[in-house]
Amino acid sequence: MGEAIILFSDISKHFGQVIAVANTNFEIYRGEFFSLLGPSGCGKTTLLRMVAGFEAPTTGEIFIDGQPMSATPPNHRPVNIVFQNYAIFPHLDVRGNIAFGMRKSGLSRAELDQRIDEVLELIKLPGYGSRGADELSGGQRQRVALARALIKQPKVLLLDEPLGALDKKLREQMQIELRQLQQQLGITFLFVTHDQEEALTLSDRIAVMSDGHVMEIASPAELYESPGSRFVADFIGSMNFFEGEVSCRETSTVRVTTRVLGEIEVPLTTASPTTGERVWVAIRPEKLQPVFSEPQSRTNTVVGQMGPSAYLGDRSHFYVHLTQREEPVLVALQNLERSLDHLRRPNQPVWLQWADDAVVLLPRD
Amino acid sequence: MKTGRTWWRPDGFLVYAVAYLVFIYLPVLFLPLFSFNNSKYIAFPLKGFTLKWYQQMLNSPSMLEALMNSIKVGLIVALLSTILGLMAAKAVTRYRLPGRGPVISFIMVPLVIPEIILAISLLILISQADIPLSLWTVGFSHLLLCTPFAMLVLVSRMEGFDRSLEEAALDLGENSWMTFWRVTFPIVLPGIVASMLLTFTISFDEFVLAFFLTSTDATLPIYIWSSLRFPTKIPAVLALGASIFVISFFVVSFAEWLRRRGVKMEATSRI
Repeated sequence: MGEAIILFSDISKHFGQVIAVANTNFEIYRGEFFSLLGPSGCGKTTLLRMVAGFEAPTTGEIFIDGQPMSATPPNHRPVNIVFQNYAIFPHLDVRGNIAFGMRKSGLSRAELDQRIDEVLELIKLPGYGSRGADELSGGQRQRVALARALIKQPKVLLLDEPLGALDKKLREQMQIELRQLQQQLGITFLFVTHDQEEALTLSDRIAVMSDGHVMEIASPAELYESPGSRFVADFIGSMNFFEGEVSCRETSTVRVTTRVLGEIEVPLTTASPTTGERVWVAIRPEKLQPVFSEPQSRTNTVVGQMGPSAYLGDRSHFYVHLTQREEPVLVALQNLERSLDHLRRPNQPVWLQWADDAVVLLPRD
Repeated sequence: MKTGRTWWRPDGFLVYAVAYLVFIYLPVLFLPLFSFNNSKYIAFPLKGFTLKWYQQMLNSPSMLEALMNSIKVGLIVALLSTILGLMAAKAVTRYRLPGRGPVISFIMVPLVIPEIILAISLLILISQADIPLSLWTVGFSHLLLCTPFAMLVLVSRMEGFDRSLEEAALDLGENSWMTFWRVTFPIVLPGIVASMLLTFTISFDEFVLAFFLTSTDATLPIYIWSSLRFPTKIPAVLALGASIFVISFFVVSFAEWLRRRGVKMEATSRI
């Protein structure tokens, strides 16, 4: 895709007995919006802090733009960070905060003032220069933290869950603005979040992390539509899993025998498992199409009984109990009609159908 | 919304609060009262208004010298103990020190040792080392006494300090020295002022250590103590006491204003 701006080479980090980051190798491309996604304690923030220079790796080397960083202190690294709590200097006004890192820039007073005005314009806070830190709302503090880092023109901007403290509406608005800003400036963003929706919305590529390991690195659509492991499939969005075994491979399809769904056919891909392999048959809830009267076609169809449902506004979730399986199947349905009567029929039969390519096969052992 | 209790109805708490304030401030108010009283005896009834005790105070070189001695010692002790306290507080709150707990308790020990014990042991040490007693030895003992107080004040200030502010300064290109001056110091400043005021006050009115460890140079508490034997000197001491009281009032108000400003700043640094 492009040339690497950050390269993690055999990076690991131990805190005493605790392994925060296990041996890690990957690269982040220039100009990319890259997210580290994982539950809290998965090592994503530690990885970010190692790039910033606040933590020293136990093993390995981080290269930024080709330069090894282990001997470079944070103040000499070509990266800047936006902290989770923004870390706005409380004793300085907005202008003072933004100018903080420019002491050694060699700009004249007038040039610096002009740069600050440009950055204030960029973050949509023109005229806020003389506001005190305590006179800013959460969203405004976030913008000032961004401006303070961006005026340094870093090679990589590091963002540590910067939207976590904002309410939902503001967060969605800031997501759009962050994405626009990144495309406008062309700076590489390394973004840490535990919010999968945020990562999917913003990123070019996402590294899913768990227990200090990078589980998978892929684009949002790849992660969602063709995850590489049960963990990733389960972590991103919701997924129904069924046990299965490959009975045979044909020219364009793989046949999988399952106890619950019967024998199904899945399009053959390069990553398809071989005959006899045990697999998870995985189907997303929104890719199961409910039919409330007996359908003509019986291919890719399973019958069950309506269970509890949840109304979520734009869509509804409901559970379907299958005879062969204790755990109910989750189905997501767009609320295309205002009447929701079809969901309120407990224990009535419902047929679930899916397209051939809705199914993902994942290794099971 | 009415809770049924209006503020002017006397209840237990109000009575207690008034009694408490009277208990605290009534004795202190005798000081200015008698300092303006035209009589050398501290007794009622009052004999009329006069400023002559204040004049006598200004005309008493030995009293002014003692005052200057106390101010000198107090200022130096306040400065040094605050610097030491600041360094200790930074070490304790910022680094994972081995044996951090024992080190802190060790530094805090002078807080709980009776001053007279401290005074005697210092006197033994200093005379064994053949160091002549002077204001320097008093200052040294006050430093020992004041540093734990300074550290207490500054540790609480440093603990309430968001660490990512220092990291942000590093990240924005400053080294740790400039980070201290541009971020840590201005934010901790209210704590530093509070510590200087506290340690100055402790040193200024400290009696026991000064009594044991000084030679001919008296500090103010020692001067006052020795004046008690001469009734004629007492009204001037009252005048001095009243002056110090008024000055302290303004200094403490200023410190409280600074502290509140600091609390406000701290609140905003945490989102």
